[in-house]
Parts: sequence; structure tokens; C-alpha cells
Amino acid sequence: MKRRSYRTSIRRRLLLQLFTMAALLSLAFFLVVRAVAERAAADTQDNILLASATSIADAIYSEQGAVAVDLPYSALSMLGSISEDRVFYRVLIGEETLTGYDDLPLPSPAQGEFETFMFRGEEVRSATVTRTVSSGGSKERATVIVAQTRLGLAAISQRISGMAAVVGFGFLLVATALSLVAAQSALAPLNRMTQSVARRGPDDLRPVDTQTPSELVPLVDALNSFMARLKASLTQSEEFIAEAAHRVRTPLATVRAQAQMTLRRSEKPENKASLRAMIRAVDESSRSAGQLLDHAMVSLRTDQLQDEVFDLVELTQDTVAHLRPTADLKDIAISVELYVETLPIRGDEILMQNALRNVLDNAIKYSPEDSDITVRITEEPRISFVDQGRGFSADDLGDITKRFSRGANVGDIVGSGLGLTIADEVMRAHGGTLEIAPNEEGRGSCVSLVYPRD
Amino acid sequence: MRFARISTRLIAVLLTHLAFALGASAFEIEDRRQYPAEDGARELRIISTADAPVFEPIIRAFQLAHPDVAIDYVIASSTELMKAISEEEADFDLAISSAMDLQTKLANDGFALDYRSEATDALPKWAKWHDQIFAFTQEPAVMVIAEGAFANRPAPRTRDDLIAMLRDNPAEFDGRIGTYDVRISGAGYLFATQDSRNTDSYWRLTEVMGRLNAQLYSGSKAMIEDVAAGRLALAYNVVGSYAAQRLADTPGIRIVPFEDFLSVMLRTALIPKNAQNIEDAGLMIDFLVQLNQREDIEQETYLAPVSAQSLNENYAARPIRLGPGLLVFLDRLKKETFLRNWENAIVQK
Ligand SMILES: Nc1ncnc2c1ncn2[C@@H]1O[C@H](COP(=O)(O)OP(=O)(O)O)[C@@H](O)[C@H]1O
Ligand SMILES: [Mg+2]
Repeated sequence: MKRRSYRTSIRRRLLLQLFTMAALLSLAFFLVVRAVAERAAADTQDNILLASATSIADAIYSEQGAVAVDLPYSALSMLGSISEDRVFYRVLIGEETLTGYDDLPLPSPAQGEFETFMFRGEEVRSATVTRTVSSGGSKERATVIVAQTRLGLAAISQRISGMAAVVGFGFLLVATALSLVAAQSALAPLNRMTQSVARRGPDDLRPVDTQTPSELVPLVDALNSFMARLKASLTQSEEFIAEAAHRVRTPLATVRAQAQMTLRRSEKPENKASLRAMIRAVDESSRSAGQLLDHAMVSLRTDQLQDEVFDLVELTQDTVAHLRPTADLKDIAISVELYVETLPIRGDEILMQNALRNVLDNAIKYSPEDSDITVRITEEPRISFVDQGRGFSADDLGDITKRFSRGANVGDIVGSGLGLTIADEVMRAHGGTLEIAPNEEGRGSCVSLVYPRD
Repeated sequence: MRFARISTRLIAVLLTHLAFALGASAFEIEDRRQYPAEDGARELRIISTADAPVFEPIIRAFQLAHPDVAIDYVIASSTELMKAISEEEADFDLAISSAMDLQTKLANDGFALDYRSEATDALPKWAKWHDQIFAFTQEPAVMVIAEGAFANRPAPRTRDDLIAMLRDNPAEFDGRIGTYDVRISGAGYLFATQDSRNTDSYWRLTEVMGRLNAQLYSGSKAMIEDVAAGRLALAYNVVGSYAAQRLADTPGIRIVPFEDFLSVMLRTALIPKNAQNIEDAGLMIDFLVQLNQREDIEQETYLAPVSAQSLNENYAARPIRLGPGLLVFLDRLKKETFLRNWENAIVQK
């Protein structure tokens, strides 16, 4: 069951929401403007139609008992002044057409004074005005219908729609640009904070004190308190390790010194033998304790790797010098082969020293008495420790670097199984590798620390 | 020579009667001319109120530009033209008429087709309506006078001047005034109704002319001829282009454009609903509305092409506006009333 992980972006979400809002507003703007404009244009036509019909109705008169109408010139010419639309009219007295287009339909009583319908193949809008007139002594109902096609109206509304569309689109563009800016400035404090945290060195655990907007204050507070706790816990751990090393090593060293002295004074061979075993056990415990603490130290430091420049050649020589007495005990000669004068590299010097020491310590430990160890420093940069010992057994190579894992070849040599683990972790933390190979020039093994090229 | 001319006339007349009698047409035509093309694949059938001699130079020029279009040119009065298109729904491809009101009614009532081209788009707004009616000439209604009758008095410049002059000299002008019989002539009715809209003097003038036994004519040509022959001292409301045409070869007549206002009639073309050859009708409309680029044709026909500039230069000129206003005087009741008033004024029983 793998959960598909995808990153959500506040910026993208903000932009999307702002854009959607702007698009909806633009659309609403377009629709409203178009509706209002079309309504206005339609009202204009209605008003003119009504004015026209009214002026015709006003021109109805009775003459010698007969009803007549003197169509005013302006009644129709005013309709021609706004558009080039076709015009139809009809004047009825009662049910009878007095003049005009006989086939112009009468308005349906349900409708108001304005009506839209098809006439002679085109959509027309009509206005109707009724009057009561006297005809031959009796009252008659006069109806005036004036109708006009709506092409002009369509043209106007098309023009307005076009304009509204252009303005709406422009609005959308501007709003999109503004929302880009808004998203940018809204996220600016967050970016600032991210940068100020990212810029810090690995062990800079000071509280964040950049200007933060109120919404981010809880986050920053949480972060700061977290860092404070982390700092305290790290300090505690380091102190604990140092303290532990001290507390373990000092009594052991005292015990060893006492045993050594007693050994020198004692004469009985069985006493001597058990004292020697005691000294060896003390050495082993001291080394194991040291390694456990070293490993703890390595785990701590690889999380916040120091970034300093140091000379790898010098460091290697120091380490060799430090372990030479141990080698001398077994009559082992350590020779350093230098292929470069200096090897300045960036990294954590203390960790590197740990790695070097553990690998060299192994070489000494797993070599027979009276043999040679060669430490070769090449430009790659690579530091190889070649011994003439028992070599690695092939079955072990897979997970020999795992914690507490020891090889099948150890025999009676005691150890904790942490030395290669430390070396491996240190190299990994620096981006390098630990290589284990047989000695090419004969018996033994060749363990190399390979540092990455810049 | 004379015989030859008579025989062509005869053939034309015979043709006419045959064609339209067989087609069971009820509208009357005056003349019919055919202008074959080099290869007669396409034929453009025109019905028009313009006399063949007036229009022929235009047809010839058109055929020079489009040699493959044969033209069948039928001449009818404006009312017959109206009848042909609206009642008979005859399948002419183009209707050309000086009766703007009837052309407007045809378009308004749905008997015309839409047409648009670069050429028609270039027309001024007042020279077209609804993309169906296109004006190509502007012809003022003028007064034509016999120079003999005005030897020792200035020609009147306004209608009020004219009324005053006629009132002061009844003996000299009695029976010697010519004007349209608006009951018969479409152009006459259009001019008269526009006059009645433009000035209150119109009815006074009509009454004065009636009192002086004005002669009534159905067309401009006969009026101008009678002025030229000295039978008339003046003719009121004559189509300016015809007068200008006659001026060239007729001594003793003069054109007097009024200065109070000058009704300007637009000669228009439209494509009837039943047109067969719409494409060539469009070509002809484009050709007509671009006549202002052809001074040679104007000199031959005396037809002034539509020009906003020349109208602007003459402050008195009032082009008759195309549009639904023109439908008013075609209203049955309105027309009856107008004609009754006119008869009362001019016939004076
Ligand atoms: N130089 C070497 N020669 C042979 N075997 C070695 C050498 N170094 C390490 N090993 C093998 O790798 C195992 C793991 O080494 P290490 O992690 O240092 O643990 P240990 O405490 O056993 O030395 C050893 O137990 C041994 O079997
Ligand atoms: Mg070891």
C-alpha cells in the first residue's frame, strides 16, 4: 500500500483560486453589461415604436362621419433615424383595416403594448396603441400597430457584446497579473523565512528572528522551541558521551596500571598468565567502550556535518603516529606511501580521523606478528590500508559494515563489530565510499577510504 | 434611313408585346432594348425607368468592362416597375428607378435582396438603405424657363419670388406654366410631396398655378420640349438631368435651380427578390455606384453621380432621404388626401 505523495503548493492554490474568482467576475461582468445594454437598446426601440404609434393615433380624425388618419411624416421617418430596419404599420377601426399592411397580425390580448413575433420572414417588434374614436355618432375602437424589424438592435447588441467581451477579457488579464503579484507578496515572508533557515550552518540552532507576519508566529515559535529542545538534547548527548568515555576509561586505565605493576612484581607463572589475561580483557573492554562511544559520536555528528578544510595527508600521518605503539607491540612495521604532498579536503576532521583510526586499527588487529602494513595515499583522493593478515572471507563481504557484525575469520580476536560501521558511515556522510578488496600483492587485505572528487 | 429606324422600333415594340403577352404579364412596358454580348453566356435583365438614350452610354461602358454579359433592358414607368416586381414578381435581375419612395417600399416589403461589396460600402450613408437600395445619381428638381419670356425680367430665385411674379403678371403666364400631373407621374408625386414637406409656399404656389391654368404633363421631356418650342414660359419641378441634356442641343431654354431649397432625387438600383443572375446584377451595381470615377459617362448622360461633396457645396440642396419616411406618402389614405388637395388647388373646378 503506497500512498501517492504529491506536493501541494500554496502559491499554485492561491493563484488558481484568484484566477477562478477573476474569471467568474469577468464572466458576470460580461453577462451583466450585455444584458443591461441589450435591455437599454430594446427599450430605446420600444420607446420609439410607441412614440410612432402614438403620433399616428393622434392623427386619427373623423370627417363627415367617417374616420380617417393623416399619417404624420415623422411617425415613420423617426423609425428610420436609428437604424435601417424595415417598418410596418396598420391602423384599424374596430375590426376593419383603415390603412397600412393588412396582414400585420393583431396583438394578442394577453401581451402588453409590446410584442415580438415573426412577420414576412423576419423577427419584428411591435407597439400597439388604442384609442376610442367617434364614427358616425357611435364610439369605435381604433388600434394602431407599428412594427419594426430588429436587425439594428441585433447589430447594436453584437457591438456591445463584443466590447463587453474585450473589456471582460482585459479585466481578466489584469486580475491575473495582479493575483500573480498578490500571491508573490503574500508568500514573500514565508520565502524570507525559508531562506533565512536554509542559509544557516549545520549547528546553528539559534532561534529564528526574522520579521514574521502574525500568521506565521505560531509556526516560528514552534520551530524555535523545537530547535531549543534539539540544541539542549544534542548538548546533553555530547556531554554524556564525553562524560561516559571519561568515566569508563579512567577506572579501566587504573585497573590496567595496577595489573601491570602486579605482573612485574609477581613470580608465579600461573599468576602471571592470569594477570596477562586480565590486562588483555581490560584493553578489549576499553577499546570496545571507546568504539561504542565513537559510534555514538559519529551518529551524532553525521547529522550535522562540520564543513571545514583540512589536510588529509597530515591527518593520516597523525593517525599512523598515534597507533604506531600498538603496532610495535606486535612488531608490525607501518610504512606510509605518499603520492601527493597535500590533500586539502572539506569535511569533518574528527569524523575522518575516527574512520582512519578504525581501519588502521583493524589492519593491525588482523595482521600476524612481524608483518608489514602499507598506508598509501593517492591523489584520487584515496587512502588504502594494505596488510598481510588473514584477509576477508568472501561470504562476509555483503554485510560486514552492518552494526555489530563480525566476520567468520575472527578466530580468537575480540572485537565489537563497529569499526567498519564507523568508517562506512563517515565516508557516506562525506559522499565517499569504503572499499574492501584483497591485497593484490599477496596475502592480506586492502581497505580503502575513497573521498569524492570535488 | 428613316425606314430603317422605324422598322427597328417596330421590331422592338413587337418583341415587347410578344414577350410580355406570352408571359401573361399585366404590367405595361414602354420599350425594350437588347445588347447582346460577344459570347452570350450570361444575361442581365434590367427593368428601368430611365429612357434608353439616357442609359445606353452606361450599358455600353459596362459591357466594355464585362464583354461577356448580354443586357436585356426593359423600360417601364415607375408604377409599372413597382407592379412588375411586387405583384407579378417578374424575374428581373436589377430594378433601376428614380422613384425613391417606390424603391423603398419594395425593399421594406421584402421584395429586394441584400447586396454588399467594397463599392457599396464606400457609398455615403444617405445613398443606400438596408444594403438593398443603392443610389448612383443625384438629380435636382429644377425650373426650366423660356429665355424669350424672361427677356426683360429676372428669373425668380425662390418659390416666394415665383408666386409673386405669377400673381403680378397673370396675363403673361396664363396657360403657359407646365408642371407634373402628380396623379400620373411617380417622380412628380415624389417632388410634390417633398415640396409640401419642405415649404408652406407649396400649396399657395399650386393654387396660383391652378388659377393660371397650368398645363399638366406626365414626364419631364415633353415639358422641356414645350418650353423650348415657346408654348410654355416655364416648367416647374423638372428633373435636372433631363433638362441639362436638352440644354446642350436646344436653344432658348435656361435652367433655374431654386435657392430656397432644392429637392434632390436619387436614382437607385435594387436586386429584386426573384433575380436569376445576382452575380452580374452585383457587378452592375458596383459599376453604377462608381460612376463618380467616370467623368466621360457623366458628360454623355448628364447624370450627376452620387457625390457628398457637390451636395455640401450647394446649401439649398436637400437630398430626399431614403428610409421609412418615404412610405408615409405612399399610404393609401395619405395619398388620397394629398391628391384631393392637389386637385382642388390645381384643377379648380
Ligand atoms: N584488515 C582486516 N583483515 C581481515 N579481516 C578484517 C579486517 N578488518 C576487518 N575484518 C573483518 O571485518 C569484521 C568487521 O570489522 P570491525 O567492524 O572492525 O569489527 P571487529 O570489532 O570485529 O574488528 C571483522 O570481524 C573481521 O572479520
Ligand atoms: Mg574493528
